[in-house]
Amino acid sequence: MSEAMSASSAADSGPSKMQVSDEVAIQIIGMHKWYGQFHVLKDINLTVHRGERIVVCGPSGSGKSTLIRCINRLEEHQKGQILVDDIELTNDLKNIDSIRREVGMVFQHFNLFPHLTVLENCTLAPIWVRKMPKAEAEEIAMHYLERVRIPEQALKFPGQLSGGQQQRVAIARSLCMNPRIMLFDEPTSALDPEMIKEVLEVMIGLAHEGMTMICVTHEMGFARQVANRVIFMDAGEIVEQNEPEEFFNNPRSDRTKLFLSQILSH
Amino acid sequence: MSNLDMGDVAPVFEPKPDLPPPATTVGVIGWLRSNLFPDLLNSVLTLLGLSVAIWAIWTLLTWAVWDAHFVGSERDVCKPNFEIAKDEVTLPGTLPDGSIVDIVTTADRVVVPPGVEPNARWTHKTVVRTVRAPGTREYAKVAVEQDVVTEGACWIVVSQRFDQFIYGFYPSDERWRPTFVVGLGLVLLIYMLTDGVPYRGWVAAILAIPFPIVAFILLRGNMLGLEYVDNAKWGGLLLTIIISAVAISGALPLGIALALGRRSQMPIIKMFCILFIEFFRAVPMITILFMAMVVLPLFLPPGTSFDQLLRVLIGVTVFIAAYTAEVVRGGLQAIPKGQYEAAAALGLGYWKMMGLIVLPQALKIMIPAIVSLFIGIFKDTTLVVIVGLSDLLAMAQLAITDAQWIGLAKEVYMFCALVFFVFCFAMSRYSMYLERKLHTGHRR
Repeated sequence: MSEAMSASSAADSGPSKMQVSDEVAIQIIGMHKWYGQFHVLKDINLTVHRGERIVVCGPSGSGKSTLIRCINRLEEHQKGQILVDDIELTNDLKNIDSIRREVGMVFQHFNLFPHLTVLENCTLAPIWVRKMPKAEAEEIAMHYLERVRIPEQALKFPGQLSGGQQQRVAIARSLCMNPRIMLFDEPTSALDPEMIKEVLEVMIGLAHEGMTMICVTHEMGFARQVANRVIFMDAGEIVEQNEPEEFFNNPRSDRTKLFLSQILSH
Repeated sequence: MSNLDMGDVAPVFEPKPDLPPPATTVGVIGWLRSNLFPDLLNSVLTLLGLSVAIWAIWTLLTWAVWDAHFVGSERDVCKPNFEIAKDEVTLPGTLPDGSIVDIVTTADRVVVPPGVEPNARWTHKTVVRTVRAPGTREYAKVAVEQDVVTEGACWIVVSQRFDQFIYGFYPSDERWRPTFVVGLGLVLLIYMLTDGVPYRGWVAAILAIPFPIVAFILLRGNMLGLEYVDNAKWGGLLLTIIISAVAISGALPLGIALALGRRSQMPIIKMFCILFIEFFRAVPMITILFMAMVVLPLFLPPGTSFDQLLRVLIGVTVFIAAYTAEVVRGGLQAIPKGQYEAAAALGLGYWKMMGLIVLPQALKIMIPAIVSLFIGIFKDTTLVVIVGLSDLLAMAQLAITDAQWIGLAKEVYMFCALVFFVFCFAMSRYSMYLERKLHTGHRR
């Protein structure tokens, strides 16, 4: 499966089809998760290579968000294995901490810290988790705020920014920890149409730099443009995964066809 | 719009300029109109309320200030003001000798010219008074006198007992010690609470650890050449401040710890915190105080004498901590789950997450509730009277029952009320200021 994917990505020369190393970033083997009696994720097997950009889509309640939240242990899985950078996620707090340091996450509702300024939001984790000197952390934070194109908002509080600006701050905040993997949980779903673009542009920029990304989103344009692979989930299972052109043009399963016809028709 | 062909310039959207709101809705007049005089009924109510307020304030000021006695050292100074208000009643024309005239008055006395004899049936406050005129004479006028007795406040009791109200039975020669301690504490506290001054963290640290030790040594003495002052002699406002300060500064951290414990995943810690909180919240403060007096010694090795004040302090602190814990828990619950997740995703551990992200936000939400709690503690310290400690209220009662000052309860209690008001109002204002300051414009 991964051979087929790398073969197809080699054939295409679009901007999204950049080098994908053989190095494995995330490996999920036979993973199950339950919420009480409810079986949310069923036998998930997924290998993500370094530099790969994966878009996860599917109907609501299909377990997309739960899947990526398992990768940094915001949710606990009950069966199977998850390895991030060859570190297995167990109840060992040390492993969880070291994985969280390497994995950045961007949320649907931004989850910025409202009592801290934009700059303080960005420097908090580098200072307290990475033990970085304040001046250095601020320098790095300003660098990333420039990258998401809002350095002039650094001293404002999140409540004073628009949704799109807040989400870009959230991305900068994650980047300040210099993560090797970025998880995006519906980053544009809570935004007004005019703000979606500014956030997607930042994400596309990240993708071009070769960041390993897993992105739960319904922005199919984004998927076509930057994804190496699109994963379709339903009822807690990975129904289909393919390189984007194939996925959108020749979906194999009926469920995928139905889903695509519904989201692409409006 | 058929002329919208390719050659035309597309209409440019230009926002309309902002206009000022109508003059009657803004400014003082707008405010008066919308709040005090919106319609007839409300205007009448406003005027009614205003006149009641003015009357009440006037009455109070007359008693407390204008008719009051401030200077002196003896009770005798405080005599009621006695005044005779004079009035005149005109009699109807010329009267034959021996005739009887009714004068309608509420006066205390009717002053008549010589030869006119007042009727013996006069009683105080009778409305109809009778004057009998001997011989035919013309009485144009009869003077009427009214006694006006105004009783002003006798503040001399407060000035004479002031030291006792403030220090209790603390020896006179050593009173500079509590003054210094409370003064230093206030200076440090105000410095710590002032924005934009350097070394606030250090001052907070001094206030947290070395200050209580210095305060204790100074108040108690028995070392460094200071005379020993048993804490049974600490009293008055000093004791009120000591109990509240210890209870507040002890209850806040203990309460936060209990609240975190109650939300803990660890069943034993959680169970302990729930039991602790629910027990102390379910028992009245007075019961806690009695229990601290009677029950606490049971848990100590026999023969250990356990300071009475310390027992009360432990009781009050524990009681308030249980309440604080519930307030803090409410604040913690108001923090969205996303904040915890964002903090966790950034790699912050439990303590950093709580200390840097959750508690600062939760405490901000909790400020009004916590300050009302603290205002409540400050006032509740008066309950220690019943276990025999001599706080401000106990000193007040002592003054009232003193034979020299008997009957001056109004003045003494007014003074106590004023003292409590000053402290509680200051706390309340500070909390309002803090709320405004911490409002960082997040609009949710």
